[in-house]
Amino acid sequence: MKLVRDTWMVFTRQMTLVLRNPVWLIVGLMQPLYFLLLFGPLLKGALRMSAEDAYRFFVPGLLVQLAMFGTLFVGFGLIAELRAGVIERMRVTPVSRLALLLGRSLRDVVTLLVQAALLTVLALPFGLSVRAGDLFLAFALLALIALMLSAVSYALALKLRSEDALAPLMNAVSMPILLLSGILLPLSGWLKTVGEWNPFTYAVNASRALFAGDPGNANVWKALVIVSVLAVAAAAWAARSFARSVR
Amino acid sequence: MIIETKELRKSFRGRKTTVEAVRGVDLVVEEGEIFGFLGPNGAGKTTTLRMLATLLEPDGGEATVADADLRRSPGEVRRRIGYVAQGGCTWDEVSAREELVYQARLYGVDKAEARRRAEHAIKAFQLDAFADRPCKTYSGGQRRRVDIALGVIHQPRVVFLDEPTTGLDPQSRAHMWDEVRRLRDEGMTVFITTHYLDEADALCDRIAIMDHGQLVAEGTSAELKREIAGDVVTVGLNGATPGAAALLQGESYVNRLETIDNGLRLYVDAGATAIPQILRSLDGAGLALGSIELHRPSLDDVFLAKTGRSLRDSGEGA
Repeated sequence: MKLVRDTWMVFTRQMTLVLRNPVWLIVGLMQPLYFLLLFGPLLKGALRMSAEDAYRFFVPGLLVQLAMFGTLFVGFGLIAELRAGVIERMRVTPVSRLALLLGRSLRDVVTLLVQAALLTVLALPFGLSVRAGDLFLAFALLALIALMLSAVSYALALKLRSEDALAPLMNAVSMPILLLSGILLPLSGWLKTVGEWNPFTYAVNASRALFAGDPGNANVWKALVIVSVLAVAAAAWAARSFARSVR
Repeated sequence: MIIETKELRKSFRGRKTTVEAVRGVDLVVEEGEIFGFLGPNGAGKTTTLRMLATLLEPDGGEATVADADLRRSPGEVRRRIGYVAQGGCTWDEVSAREELVYQARLYGVDKAEARRRAEHAIKAFQLDAFADRPCKTYSGGQRRRVDIALGVIHQPRVVFLDEPTTGLDPQSRAHMWDEVRRLRDEGMTVFITTHYLDEADALCDRIAIMDHGQLVAEGTSAELKREIAGDVVTVGLNGATPGAAALLQGESYVNRLETIDNGLRLYVDAGATAIPQILRSLDGAGLALGSIELHRPSLDDVFLAKTGRSLRDSGEGA
C-alpha cells in the first residue's frame, strides 16, 4: 500500500513537471516525425509497395523506435536530480526506494503513450488504419518497452553518474539494436539471422502484425512474453541499484 | 543522550588505494544541544554525518540515533531525523512552497496536513517574500533557509546540517545562526559540521574536533580551551622586558613564557587569578607596567595543540 501511495506521489510530481514544460513532449516527437515525413516517402519506391502499405509497414516500427529513443535517455534527468541533491533529500525520508524508481518510470511510460498516440494520429492521413483492440495491444507492448528501457537508463545513470559517459554508451547500444530490428527496412541475409536474436525485432514484427489486423500472429505473443520478461528483469536490476546506491 | 556512536568506521575503496575516511569514532550528543563537528576539509565530518543520516552504510561500529539502531532499523532513524546536505536540495523549476508540501508528503501525511505544515514553515523561516517563485530565482541565503525548512518539515528530533553557512555572506550567516538557535530552543537537537572556528565557538553548545577520521577532542568551547591552553596574558613593558622575563620565569603559575614585541606573553592556567599575582610581582620588583591584557585561547590553539597544525593553515580554515 505504501509502495502504491509513494509511487503515485512521485509520479504526480514528475508529471506536474512534464506538464509545466510540455514543449519537451513535442520535441521528443520530432525525431519520429522527421522519419515519417522525410524518410517514409522513400519507402514506397524502395519496397515497391503502394504508399498505404509502405506506411502500414513503416509506422508501427516507428512507434517502437519512439518507445526506444523516447525512454533510453531518461537517465539524464536522474543525473540532473542527483546533482541538484533532490534524490539525496528524498533518500533521507522514509519514502519507498522502489517508488522513487517506479514513479519516474511510470511518468516515462505515460509520456511515451501520449507521444505514441500523437504519432499514430498524425500518421492516419498517410493511410494508416488500425482496430481499437489491436491498437490497445500495440500500445501495451510499447508501454512495456518504455518501462524496460527507462529502468535500464536509470540503472546506468546511477552507475555512471555522468552525462558525458551516459550519452556515448546509449548511442553505442541503441544504434545496433535499432538497425538490427528491421524498423527502417526489412532485414535480409546475415543481418536477418543476427536480428532474430534481437528482442526488438519481435516487437517490431508484432507491432506490424497488430497494425495489419493480425493479432493472432505468433510474433505478437512472443513479443509480449519476451518484452515482459525483459521489462521485469530491467526493473529488478534498476531497483537493486537504486536500493544499493540509494540505500 | 540522543546520538551515541561506538567505533564507527568507513573506508572508500578506490582503484588503487583505500581511503579510511572515518577511523573509529566514539561520540555522544545530548538531547537539545547544538553539537558542532569542527575540522578541516577532508577530516571525515561529512562522511560521519552521512552515516548517521542513513545515507552511507558504516563498515564497522554501532550507532544509536534518536533511540533507533542505525544499522538494524535505518527506516526508524529516517522518521526521526532531518538532514540538510551542503550542496542544496531544491529543484530549480518548482517553488519553495511546492517543495515543502512534497517533502511533508514524503513523510506520509495527507495533502491538507502537508499544506498546513508548508505554510507554517514559510512563516517560521520567513520565506513569504519568495515562497511562490521558482527556486532558481533565490539567493544563496534564501536557498539555504529553504533547505533547512525542508529538513525539519516533519519536526525531527535531530537535524543534521552539513556546513550550513559555507558560502553565505555575513548577514545571511548571522541569520542562519539565529535559525539554528531557534530550532534548538524549540527542543530540536542540532548537529552541525563546520570548518569555521568562530562558528563552532559562538554557535555550538558542545564541539568535537575531528582530524584524519578521528576525534581529537570533545567538550564545550570553554572546556576545550581550558583543558588545552589555560589562558594567555599579554603584558606590555616599556623596555623592562628582560628583567620581567627573568622574574616571571620562576613563578609557579606561569606555564610558558614568550617574549614578544615590547612585552611578554604568558600562558597561565587561569588568567583571573594570575593577573593580580603578575601585577604584585612586577610592582614588588619596581618594574614599570605599560599594559596588561587577558586573552582566552582560541579554538585554533586547541586544534594546534591536538594536531600539531593550525586549522587556519590546513586549507579552508577561517
